Amino acid sequence: MLTILFDGIAYGMLLFILAVGLAVTMGLMNFINLAHGAFAMVGGYITVLLMQRFDVPFLLCLPVAFVGVALLGAVLERTLYRPMYSKPHLDQVLFSIGLTFMAVASMDYFMSSSQQIIQLPEWLKGRTEIGSGHWMLGMGHYRLFIIAVCAALTVGLQYVLAKTRFGSRLRASVDDQRVAAGLGINVNVVFLSTFAVGSGLAGLGGALGTEVLGLDPSFPLKFMIYFLIVVAVGGTSSITGPLLAALLLGIADVAGKYYIPTFGAFIVYGLMIVILIWRPQGLFVRKGGKA
Amino acid sequence: MKKRVFLSASALAVMALSSAAVLAQDNQFKIGLILPMTGQQASTGRQIEAAAKLYMAQHGDMVAGKKIVLIVKDDTSVPDVTKRLAQELIVNDKVNALAGFGITPSAFATAPLATQSKTPMVVMAAATSSITQASPYIVRTSFTLPQASVSMADWAASKGGMKKVVTLVSDYGPGIDAEKFFKERFTFDGGAIVESLRVPMRNPDFAPFLQKVRDANPDGLFVFVPSGAGAAVMKQFLERGMDKAGIKLIGTGDITDDDQLNDMGDGAIGVVTAHHYSAAHPSAMNKKFVEAFKKANKGMRPNFMAVGGYDGMHVIYEALKASKGQGGGDALLAAMKGQVFESPRGPMFIDAQTRDVVQNIYLRKVQKQGGELQNVEFDVIKDVKDPGKAK
Repeated sequence: MLTILFDGIAYGMLLFILAVGLAVTMGLMNFINLAHGAFAMVGGYITVLLMQRFDVPFLLCLPVAFVGVALLGAVLERTLYRPMYSKPHLDQVLFSIGLTFMAVASMDYFMSSSQQIIQLPEWLKGRTEIGSGHWMLGMGHYRLFIIAVCAALTVGLQYVLAKTRFGSRLRASVDDQRVAAGLGINVNVVFLSTFAVGSGLAGLGGALGTEVLGLDPSFPLKFMIYFLIVVAVGGTSSITGPLLAALLLGIADVAGKYYIPTFGAFIVYGLMIVILIWRPQGLFVRKGGKA
Repeated sequence: MKKRVFLSASALAVMALSSAAVLAQDNQFKIGLILPMTGQQASTGRQIEAAAKLYMAQHGDMVAGKKIVLIVKDDTSVPDVTKRLAQELIVNDKVNALAGFGITPSAFATAPLATQSKTPMVVMAAATSSITQASPYIVRTSFTLPQASVSMADWAASKGGMKKVVTLVSDYGPGIDAEKFFKERFTFDGGAIVESLRVPMRNPDFAPFLQKVRDANPDGLFVFVPSGAGAAVMKQFLERGMDKAGIKLIGTGDITDDDQLNDMGDGAIGVVTAHHYSAAHPSAMNKKFVEAFKKANKGMRPNFMAVGGYDGMHVIYEALKASKGQGGGDALLAAMKGQVFESPRGPMFIDAQTRDVVQNIYLRKVQKQGGELQNVEFDVIKDVKDPGKAK
């Protein structure tokens, strides 16, 4: 039972890293970016390419995936996304879903459509078991690693957003662009860097997730629903909302598949419906903030 | 769309009336090869196309005074597209035979066209048992899932020494086929199925299912998943320490697909599967086949899809020879039924009644040979007929 809880937490953490960038762009910048999963996929493929073709160690691939995807995000923000900020939401959705399909097709063309496999270093492969019987806790080392990385990132992000100057600039720019610009905040740069970091996190999530979630060109479409659920349930105004939502979903998904395998795949959706009926704004939402 | 097809069809009909066109048609034998060349199943298409081309390179393109022309079309694994392409091939290109068919629904979608136009349809990949019953013009050169599952069950219950087994399959046609036939045979042999798990096709994480298996603590875990997902299952199987808990991983050969096996890592060593083809099959013919295939395709290892394509071409070539290039679809079909020959996979024949393949099913264990992971055959069940047709 504890093992299920542990697996659920690891899965939830991974979902959080993948989705947090989306929460940031959607909640803070008020832009619906359905191509978010495509950034995650690029991160995954960067890792796969580096490991398979150039034998780069796994740990080194993670920061490279982050930086590479962040750069890609920055370039696309400057060229493609910025003109879309002022457009209606429908245009944004159509634009970004189009981008997703293009990403899927080009990965299919360049990387082939088969599942990509990576080999983790030995020290991440094992498993530790504590206790016995019903209360046995089995922890895969890789899942432990995911939890550690994600926890560190969450603390870091929360700190940056709540305590630093950049965080307050970002929040100011989001609340009212014109006033923020009038106060001398370079709104464009703030948005650019936020978008880049959000994409980079997705890339990192994709890199971490290759081992657990699998990686093929349909990745962005497969997981788009999960990202959106995390953001919808968690609300988009803070970091803690999506984090708790991702954990809840991760645990519910894993436990559901374990205890009632026949309905396993539906548990997540059922949970989402219940929560959204109960709190249509999402679980954790700032009163009076921009929705 | 329909209008256009009709227009070009009638245009072609007019053209066919002129004798020059008839002559040109007469000297050609066209094979319409419909495969998934892009999308999820693209590796199937790549393997089969490469194998068909290899067969033609080895055996020449003149048979019984006719020039063989191969027309490859990509159906992206969408059954509607398969059907449309088949129609175009039959009506516009006037193909003499259809071949390929990566997934079961594609084969089913095309079957009525084969019947109406009396065009032999050689299924080189799709493995659901009932396909050959969809049209009397279908001949299959791949395998059927019941063939592999039943052989696996027999081995698990006898020599494998397993009493309790959990099955884990992907929740779609072939998966359910595999589950059903494994279960029936294994319980018939006196074993018990502790649990039958069906994993949704779009399943991001196998962890909870495998944890469930581990807690059920069976002797063995029978797995069928589409070939790409096999590696993921195997990894998480090891990560969960299930091999150390004494659970053996068994399955049909899809989970140790030769195309991917070498990338799966040493964790795959010891996995036992039942299948009709291994690239490591120790026969002179197979050694030649594997060598030539690798040489022509930048070192890509042929898998069971490739051998289905290679033998499919063989069946068409031999039928054409036997009917001396004369006669239409019916003559070809008659010459395909009952063919007995040696394939890289070993001896096989086309059952004249069911038009399905009868072949040896081998039990194989993943081992390291010459630095590469291979499915090494250690036992064989001879001349397995499709158990799905027995009833």
